[in-house]
Amino acid sequence: MNSSSGSAAGPSSGSGDGSAPRRNSKRPKYSKFTQQELPACKPILTPKWVISVFTLVGVIFVPIGIAALMASNNVVEIVDRYDTECIPANMTGDKVAYIQNDDIIKTCTRNLTVPKDMDQPIYVYYQLDNFYQNHRRYVKSRNDAQLKDADQANKTSGCDPEKTTKDGSPIVPCGLIAWSLFNDTYNFTLGNKNLSVNKNGISWKSDRDHKFGKDVFPKNFQNGILRGGASLDSNKPLNKQEDLIVWMRTAALPTFRKLYGKIHQDLKANDIIMVTLENNYNTYSFNGKKKLVLSTSSWLGGKNDFLGIAYLTIGGLCFFLATAFTVVYLVKPRKLGDPSYLSWNRNPSGH
Amino acid sequence: MARRVRKRDRLRWSLLYTFACARPAVLADDEQTPFLQGPGYSRIVHCNQSQLHGKKPLDYSSNYISTTRYNAITFLPKALFEQFRRVANIYFLLAAIISITPVSPFNPMSMIAPLAFVVGLSMAKEALEDWRRFYQDMKVNSRKVSVHNGQGQFGYKPWQKIRVGDVVKVEKDRFFPADLLLLSSSYEDGICYVETMNLDGETNLKVKRSLEVTLALEDDEAFRDFTATLRCEDPNPNLYTFVGNLEYERQVYALDPNQVLLRDSKLRNTSYIYGVVIFTGHDSKVMQNATESPSKRSRIEKKMDKIIYILFTVLVLISLVSSIGFAVMTKYDMPNWWFLEPNNTTSLYDPSKPVLSGVFHMVTALILYGYLIPISLYVSIEVVKVLQATFINQDVLMYDEEIGKPARARTSNLNEELGQVDTILSDKTGTLTCNQMDFLKCSIAGVSYGVRASEVEIAAAKQLASEASGSPEHHDDTEELGEDNAGFYGTSEIELANGITCMVEKSHKPAIKGFSFEDDRLMHGNWTNEPAASTILMFFRILALCQTAIPEHNKETGGFTYEAESPDEGAFLVAAREFGFEFCKRTQSSVFIREKYSPSEDPVEREFKILNLLEFNSKRKRMSVIVRDEGGQIILLCKGADSIIFDRLSKNGRLYENDTSKHLNEYGEAGLRTLALAYRMLDESEYSAWNTDFLKAKTTIGPDREAQVERVSEKMERDLILVGATAVEDKLQRGVPQCIDKLAQAGLKIWVLTGDKIETAINIGFACSLLRQGMKQISLSITNIDLLTHDANKAAKENLSMQITNAFQMIKLEKDPDAAFALIIDGKTLTYALEDDLKNQFLSLAVDCASVICCRVSPKQKAMVTRLVKEGTGKVTLAVGDGANDVGMIQEADIGVGISGVEGMQAVMASDFSISQFRFLERLLVVHGHWCYKRIALMICYFFYKNIAFGLTIFYFEAYTGFSGQSVYDDWYMLLFNVVLTSLPVISLGVFEQDVSSEVCLQFPALYQQGPRDLFFGWYRIIGWMFNGLSASIIIFLLNIAIFYHGAFCAGGQTADLAAVGTTMFTCIIWAVNVQIALIMNHFTWIQHLFVWGSVVAWYLFLVAYGLSSPTISGNSHQILSEALGPAPVYWSATLLVTAVCNIPYLVHISFQRTFNPLDNHVIHEIKHYKKDVEDQHMWKREKSKARQKTKIGFTARVDAKIRQLRGKLHRKVSSLTIHTVS
Repeated sequence: MNSSSGSAAGPSSGSGDGSAPRRNSKRPKYSKFTQQELPACKPILTPKWVISVFTLVGVIFVPIGIAALMASNNVVEIVDRYDTECIPANMTGDKVAYIQNDDIIKTCTRNLTVPKDMDQPIYVYYQLDNFYQNHRRYVKSRNDAQLKDADQANKTSGCDPEKTTKDGSPIVPCGLIAWSLFNDTYNFTLGNKNLSVNKNGISWKSDRDHKFGKDVFPKNFQNGILRGGASLDSNKPLNKQEDLIVWMRTAALPTFRKLYGKIHQDLKANDIIMVTLENNYNTYSFNGKKKLVLSTSSWLGGKNDFLGIAYLTIGGLCFFLATAFTVVYLVKPRKLGDPSYLSWNRNPSGH
Repeated sequence: MARRVRKRDRLRWSLLYTFACARPAVLADDEQTPFLQGPGYSRIVHCNQSQLHGKKPLDYSSNYISTTRYNAITFLPKALFEQFRRVANIYFLLAAIISITPVSPFNPMSMIAPLAFVVGLSMAKEALEDWRRFYQDMKVNSRKVSVHNGQGQFGYKPWQKIRVGDVVKVEKDRFFPADLLLLSSSYEDGICYVETMNLDGETNLKVKRSLEVTLALEDDEAFRDFTATLRCEDPNPNLYTFVGNLEYERQVYALDPNQVLLRDSKLRNTSYIYGVVIFTGHDSKVMQNATESPSKRSRIEKKMDKIIYILFTVLVLISLVSSIGFAVMTKYDMPNWWFLEPNNTTSLYDPSKPVLSGVFHMVTALILYGYLIPISLYVSIEVVKVLQATFINQDVLMYDEEIGKPARARTSNLNEELGQVDTILSDKTGTLTCNQMDFLKCSIAGVSYGVRASEVEIAAAKQLASEASGSPEHHDDTEELGEDNAGFYGTSEIELANGITCMVEKSHKPAIKGFSFEDDRLMHGNWTNEPAASTILMFFRILALCQTAIPEHNKETGGFTYEAESPDEGAFLVAAREFGFEFCKRTQSSVFIREKYSPSEDPVEREFKILNLLEFNSKRKRMSVIVRDEGGQIILLCKGADSIIFDRLSKNGRLYENDTSKHLNEYGEAGLRTLALAYRMLDESEYSAWNTDFLKAKTTIGPDREAQVERVSEKMERDLILVGATAVEDKLQRGVPQCIDKLAQAGLKIWVLTGDKIETAINIGFACSLLRQGMKQISLSITNIDLLTHDANKAAKENLSMQITNAFQMIKLEKDPDAAFALIIDGKTLTYALEDDLKNQFLSLAVDCASVICCRVSPKQKAMVTRLVKEGTGKVTLAVGDGANDVGMIQEADIGVGISGVEGMQAVMASDFSISQFRFLERLLVVHGHWCYKRIALMICYFFYKNIAFGLTIFYFEAYTGFSGQSVYDDWYMLLFNVVLTSLPVISLGVFEQDVSSEVCLQFPALYQQGPRDLFFGWYRIIGWMFNGLSASIIIFLLNIAIFYHGAFCAGGQTADLAAVGTTMFTCIIWAVNVQIALIMNHFTWIQHLFVWGSVVAWYLFLVAYGLSSPTISGNSHQILSEALGPAPVYWSATLLVTAVCNIPYLVHISFQRTFNPLDNHVIHEIKHYKKDVEDQHMWKREKSKARQKTKIGFTARVDAKIRQLRGKLHRKVSSLTIHTVS
């Protein structure tokens, strides 16, 4: 190392002084690594390879696409938009006033026809449109520590503006997300029989076990002047409040569904379900839609035609590409390693 | 130190030398005083009274030198400043500052940590480099020199302690510690020899003479009471001027550069000198010459900056879009979003002040989309380059066994620039040649002696052999020939088709340094049997007598070694000794030769009285001695350039002229340095008449003295009788012609810039095949114009302009496509050619010529030529040199390469790369340069691709969140993306990628052209990659959004939340970019596999670990893989789909490109892969030879030319034969 040092123009004098004694100490050690001669696989992009890759992708993708499409087709889904219907005719002019008036009882009845047989479990979702659960102000407005641990109820940082009550005592659960909890309710009857909605196990298990404490109870919740969404039963620990747990997993997009409950009963085609719902939640301010969704599920989840179609399209495209390259290869083959393709053979005038 | 007085020390050289200036007499007081008091001439030195220089105004700078950039205090601010000169770093610094405020979309650590890491790493590198500089300075500063302590006692002191005014004693072969005034030397007349290699690269010794008055100060004691006052110019960088006077014993004497010994030059052939320190440390001329080494950046990096500017623009644009969107949404929509409590907000989201919120959001957005600017790019590139440099340092094939030095990449900034070099500017001495002369051949009385072939001949014959006989080509020309030179000997005789025999006898390693001659006709006294024995005798005498060397008795061997001013002369003396004419003693007036006519005889010592010595200079190009032999006969012995000697032959002296000139041509063609030897018998009267004139001329006082002496000398040097000619091989360094040949074939242009004489330079041009017979030499020179007046200056320029125009005409009119031109220009002419109005003309002429040789150039001019080429052609220049005189050029060029040979370290210290031999340049450029260029180019492209693909998804998602600045990814993912998850694969690409193996790189020099033509980092490529990134980002985002739109994504019926979508999207990105890099790579060792697939695995491992951590850390990502995504087939099928779709366009593109438009490296790779090179050797060989650029220089071109010439001859012969038969 002594010979190498700074790059300043040091005419600091020449030195011929002795490199002789340490002659071989500077000899680089030979190893395949340092000489960059490690055994290496050097794949070549041959037409054969290209064609087989595309074919392979096609062979894998098309069956997946078919399977996904089939799974999606087996899912039965009932979607019912009720926010416009559940407003008395005289109030349609001022929906916001209607929904904000606590004195009006907002019960509403809907009849849903089952288009096909639906096997249990049937999932009940509510779908909101144009609701920005992913807004930064909204997403950040929570405090995980407080939800998990009863001792940390005072930790309300980040919960602005739903942090504390007027007198300064902390709100549990704090923050905008919890405050704006969805509060429409649904009751289902099939014929005369009540279809019970099971609200257990609609949230992630890990959320119930690790994220929402079993000894944390709501405190000072929805006590402010400004009412948000649903109230919570202050005697029920947070890990039992599954609606809240589901709601607290903020959606990625402004249109989202959230699980409301499960119906453990098979439904037959053309059954008519009567839904008695309470239309409490204000989506009218921002022209949001509210929909009730009943859906079965497959191994893939809910109805999702897109995945299958995408797989089929890409699989098909790959088959097409494989064919195209085969044709190219047959029509205008380039012999591998054909020296006539070297640049100096192609334009002999020089580079 | 006892003074050893040797006999030769007593010589009075001043009496012998013809052109030695007589000491000017004492100056009259009134003449000098006004002269030395103006500004610029204020320095006063109290000799031997250094204590007087302790306080102002005489407190000059100390002799401590420092070339470091920082010191302990300035390091932090200065180094930080350097770091934040990079635009991207400033951006990240601002981002880090802002990240502490609530405006930031991320937590502050994720911004600060990477920045601290990047900046810290770069600063650590700076600190290390500066430490090494400091260490080197310390080594120099602590060298010891003997200094007068008072009372006539001398003691050793480190250099840094020396003060102005100190009297120092410097011993033989030591460097001068500062600029000194020479007081006296071990020679009685106060001369000393100085080697200025480190200053100007000239290897011949220079004579310095002290003033007559200080000659008496010749031992330690004499300095007890010595005082004098010296007034001189202020420190300045002019090496060749010095103005000052010395007031000593109440007399004032004028001083000139002859009395000044410069720091960093070396005392030679003189046991010791005494001197007074005039300039110390940074005041010394050599330090004044030093320029701050510029920090160099490669072209790719400069272009990368432009890309970063483009990305910045994109960043600002999308931030603007995002902010406007946000402001609009905040104003019109947010009041309706009761769930955000719009009436109770901070100004970040205040619907009543949308503009203010928008402005705040702009800041947020700039940080959020910062992932477009790859912060880790700089640090990754730095890491990659350091590793690449390590590979260069570790290359066994660039290790020189003899010197024991490996190649060194001293800065790692320029690795990729090595792959784009267009022009090489090379020094000659020590770079191309070893500066060792070997007496190889001679022509005496029209007979050529000496059977050994020069290296050029061997190389050319070798080439001829392989080309003409069609024998299976050797594996690697360079190596094989290199080995030949190293010592595989043998004789090969090559017969060409047309019957011309080329005899090649390869040399034994010369047993005697400087003597490779082999011919029994002359050796061992056999010459006495030759027909022209008397001429041969004269030839040997001229060799032995016509010189200025000093013999030195070697006690070990009993023989003599010679200390000559030039290596040629040494070679002549050694040759004369071997022939039996041993120069053994020199006295004031005589030279003694031990002559031995046959091996059995005892030598006879003969004395030749030296009457006059007519010195060599570059204008005269000859030297003569006039001697009186033992018989009283006066003879003028002359050696000189053939053209000069031939002009001065007498009528009856031309007996051997034709034969000799034929031989001279042959020698020249063989790359040898030639001199013609002649003599003239004088009778007494003629001599004494001339001598009177001569003495008169010599004692003339005035400026025309030298001209007069020359004129008188001229009178004597005529009517010569030609004896013969010598051919000396200026030993080229090993493998130089082959290397030049290969580099030329790789399309590089080679310029030689040398401080040497024009003849020497031309000879070397021949030797290393930059010039050849049949090449048209365009010589630009301005002669005999008085340069003092303004008009003359103008005239000179006009003259030069004319010459250039004529040369252009000549090139234009040339019909022969094989014709090659060589441009030769000397330093004086270059001064004009480099002026603004002519330089472009000059450059375009030079570019049209196959080789360019600039002789007699000063270090400054070397740098100026380099700058001209660099700026004029806009292409990458590489300067290679070994001496301090090359420092300017090395620093000026885009890449400076220092040869760490035997000479000083200056060139190496200033260089970016150091190699121990010129021939390693080939491997450095063609293998390492080529690889590094491709690696860095691919790496940067990929980096931009990857960051665009990632960064834009964040932007798209914004549109779905009301432009609120919420990121779809967890902060941790974003932090890890650049630092952990995608950095190792790209580093492995940058370090290990090889498109073809090193052998193939060397076999197909044309592959190198991909660099200078910038095939892999052109704008087309870069934009292509950016589009690839754009399409990947769109694909990743849209497919994921569509898949997770609103339905349940798993069998449990739960719907996907922000964390699930973000994690899936991120998984897709990790897969897509890693598969993409796998598609780019051509070369997979286990390392690449480990890094690429390891990165993917690392992501899953991280996800599991993150999921297991406490929910207060992981938030919504708690157990996301194990509970939510892992069991969901949608997650895995989305990954597969997105990865495939992202990479299909690229796959289609490269498949298409390979089918229709394969690059050279693709085809060669295929040939190699299918072993076609083994099956079809003919094709392989043919392509290898086609891959060379058509060159006009290098021995391949030379052989081609020779073959053309022979064919032409044969053709003529055949046609004349036909005519003959017909008639």
